[in-house]
Amino acid sequence: MSTSANPTRSAAPGLEATRQDWLEPLIRYALLACATVSVLVTVGIVGVLLWQAVNFFGYVYYVNDAGDVVATAQELGERPAPADAVAETITPGEFLGGTRWAPSQYLFGILPLLCGTLLVTFGAALVAAPIGLGTAIYLSEYASPLVREIVKPVLEILAGIPSVVYGFFAVVAISPVVGAVFGEQTDTFNALNASIVVGFMVLPMVVSLSEDVLRSVPRSLREAAFALGATKYDVTAKVVVPAALSGVIASFLLAVSRAIGETMAVTLAAGQKATLTLNPLQEIQTMTAYIVAVRQGDNEVGSIQAYAIFAVGLALFGLTMVLNLLAQAILNRMRNSYE
Amino acid sequence: MSTDAQPSASPAIRPPAVVGNDGARSADEMAQSPAKVAAKGLDFFYGESQALFNISLDVPENCVTAFIGPSGCGKSTFLRCMNRMNDMIETARLNGEVLLDGHSIYGPKVDVVELRKRVGMVFQKSNPFPKSILENVAYGPRVAGERNKAKLYEIAERCLTYAALWDEVKDRLNDSALALSGGQQQRLCIARALATDPQVLLMDEPASALDPASTTRIEDLIGELKDRYTIVIVTHNMQQAARVSDQTAFFYQGRLIEAGATRELFTNPKEKQTEEYITGRFG
Amino acid sequence: MSTAAGKADNPLERGALAEDAYMRRRKRISSLFAWLCFAATASCLVVLVTLLGAIFYQGLPWLSTTLLTNNASESPEDAGIKAALVGSLWLIALTGLMAVPIGVGAAVYLEEYAPSTWWRKVIQLNISNLAGVPSIVYGILGLGLFVRTMGLGKSVLAGALTLTLVVLPIVILATQEALRAVPGTIRQASFALGATRWQTIWRQVLPAATPGIMTGVILAISRALGEAAPLVAVGAAIDMTFLPMSLGDDYSGLPLLIFYWAGHANPQFHQLAGAAIVVLLLVLILMNSGAVLLRYRYGKNIKW
Repeated sequence: MSTSANPTRSAAPGLEATRQDWLEPLIRYALLACATVSVLVTVGIVGVLLWQAVNFFGYVYYVNDAGDVVATAQELGERPAPADAVAETITPGEFLGGTRWAPSQYLFGILPLLCGTLLVTFGAALVAAPIGLGTAIYLSEYASPLVREIVKPVLEILAGIPSVVYGFFAVVAISPVVGAVFGEQTDTFNALNASIVVGFMVLPMVVSLSEDVLRSVPRSLREAAFALGATKYDVTAKVVVPAALSGVIASFLLAVSRAIGETMAVTLAAGQKATLTLNPLQEIQTMTAYIVAVRQGDNEVGSIQAYAIFAVGLALFGLTMVLNLLAQAILNRMRNSYE
Repeated sequence: MSTDAQPSASPAIRPPAVVGNDGARSADEMAQSPAKVAAKGLDFFYGESQALFNISLDVPENCVTAFIGPSGCGKSTFLRCMNRMNDMIETARLNGEVLLDGHSIYGPKVDVVELRKRVGMVFQKSNPFPKSILENVAYGPRVAGERNKAKLYEIAERCLTYAALWDEVKDRLNDSALALSGGQQQRLCIARALATDPQVLLMDEPASALDPASTTRIEDLIGELKDRYTIVIVTHNMQQAARVSDQTAFFYQGRLIEAGATRELFTNPKEKQTEEYITGRFG
Repeated sequence: MSTAAGKADNPLERGALAEDAYMRRRKRISSLFAWLCFAATASCLVVLVTLLGAIFYQGLPWLSTTLLTNNASESPEDAGIKAALVGSLWLIALTGLMAVPIGVGAAVYLEEYAPSTWWRKVIQLNISNLAGVPSIVYGILGLGLFVRTMGLGKSVLAGALTLTLVVLPIVILATQEALRAVPGTIRQASFALGATRWQTIWRQVLPAATPGIMTGVILAISRALGEAAPLVAVGAAIDMTFLPMSLGDDYSGLPLLIFYWAGHANPQFHQLAGAAIVVLLLVLILMNSGAVLLRYRYGKNIKW
């Protein structure tokens, strides 16, 4: 301010930077590096899974006339292959189309695992979709502020409880009840246990996403329907929910994706026996549970069983990514249409 | 120094009287001041749509220049060209020149940070930082590297005094700035802008969100500040322009229609569009 | 409405009469629907109460100092969670140290620096997608990358790196939301005062966004604390008898031990699992209430 008394300031042209100029670009590049990490993670996932899956499909083993595996290329090393045996590999066709999953016998058909995963997921959707949508509708259309104040934290707690705790819940509470209700023919571990508990797990996700989209339906739409003499049910079920339908579907898709990837609760509740069945009362193995089983056991590093988890992981990643991207696309489209 | 407006042709519709603006400088006085900021043939684009067309205007030093015109006429856009706030907009593009003391501010070597320290800005809606009153005023010097607490306090006291806020806040400098009233917040924002020791002060409708009493205080303040600073004010309020400014520029649809000494422009507009606007026939 | 109501003279009355039965049915449906939705909401509450009930019913009798001071054992009476709990604390500390700076940095880049080009859209879509990748997939990525390729083995560092990848999208998305909530006028005011971009971010934007960022960080750390699947995949130990002392040491994790106990053939271990869950939930509650307090302290002065 010292120059302020001077009516005509000296015209100082020095608008060029006088500050140290290295800091800003340095920070910018450091932050860019942070953002790039997230891309590297995806590249890493795809890279590691593909690389190990190639090892899996390129794994050579030797089968004799009786159909027994007598040696693997890894065991043989430089030595010649056994004379009476034929070299074989698992082909992607066998992997995706095979109906038996018995890794110790070199049977790697993923269908039993896929079937187990989808059985649990379908059951979970049957639990979570109606309860979740009903709750979301209640919270968005009916609930008093007080009820919302109670239910919102409850859902947040449910969402924050770790997966393994739900698994414990399945073991000590759900499994005995399911056993008592369905009686003799029920396995201790079964798909129904897992369906129920995973349904509970993904419930908060369905509620919070669906409620968001229901609330974003313009008030004017509701008022228009009421003005035509509609009841609350008519307004909700025939105007509000259809208007928010794509968002509700996106929330279901995300919940399904979450259920497919769910691991600890499913492993504890559904068991570890790969079975190709649609009976929810039988013990099954999901894709995630197989990975857990292998990592808990002591398979040698470099064995085909150890490589198999990456092939299963790749299938899991592909399946969930498609669902996630689909849900994102639906949500983005809906956001655009409301803005 | 006549303060009476010339009677206009139609007694029913009169332009705003240039009253209470005794300090207004005349065209001759302004002609002697060097141009502090000057635009030469400025075109400005938001993406594909052109917002400013070939604007050329001198802003004389130590004068108040008012930009008037209907909403969307480009007056705020032009103001923001003067401290390159439009750089934030990714699609923005500009042709022509803006000069500060005869030097281009869009030159390749120009540092916008250095520029903005010299060309301060006050926004339409008061936007104090969610910090204490003292921290708000000290922010500019602080980011410029001043660390001495006593010095920062001294700057804060001086600038708050210039902004006619010191007496109201001197006992609670450490309170949150968000606790102040709207008018006080805006004066705080002015004090904050003064603290970087700018040469030019840009004001984008600084009183539009304030009540009449606060507006009067801001207007009085502008009159006091013009001896030290070159001030450019955007306003949609013609009476305000008439009350505070020495020079007025009228914008319409991205074009500068007319600029001249405030007393002349309001009493004797040269352009028909200007006359229609200041007599309230449109806008 | 229908004309079935007959020959009443007043048309309004006739309409009203005819509407009555129909209207009553519609109203019944409407209230039935409301009750169904209420029942759905109530069942969420029931699930939580049952869940907590089961945990405490199983776990309370086994909550003792032995649980906290002993390590895993094959005899339920001697079994404790000490090594697992300490291992979990190591994991969340390391995960926090890595995930928070990288996550906040990435969010700041995306919100404050990145020009809105296709590249930004790709990164953004990628992050949303990563948030939905199953944690077991991160686990086998950690196995392939950190444990084997980088040769970190079954070390606590490998475990923490894997968990960092799991929680990174959570930190980034929460921070982005917090940054978006800071009004643009604050940034403009700062720029207009001659602050550089980084000065604006460091002195104005980040402090204003701190409560929101804190919430996201706590959410992420809670998630890291509860994750068992990635630990199984990278091969964390279950029967640890000593505590990890450095980044290269073996480790266990509380959720892993809970998983092992809950799947044990001996039901006494299920009860132990319940007790361990009580401890896990206590740590979670502690962290979350810390977050609420911090939010309150940082947030109370800020009202836009």
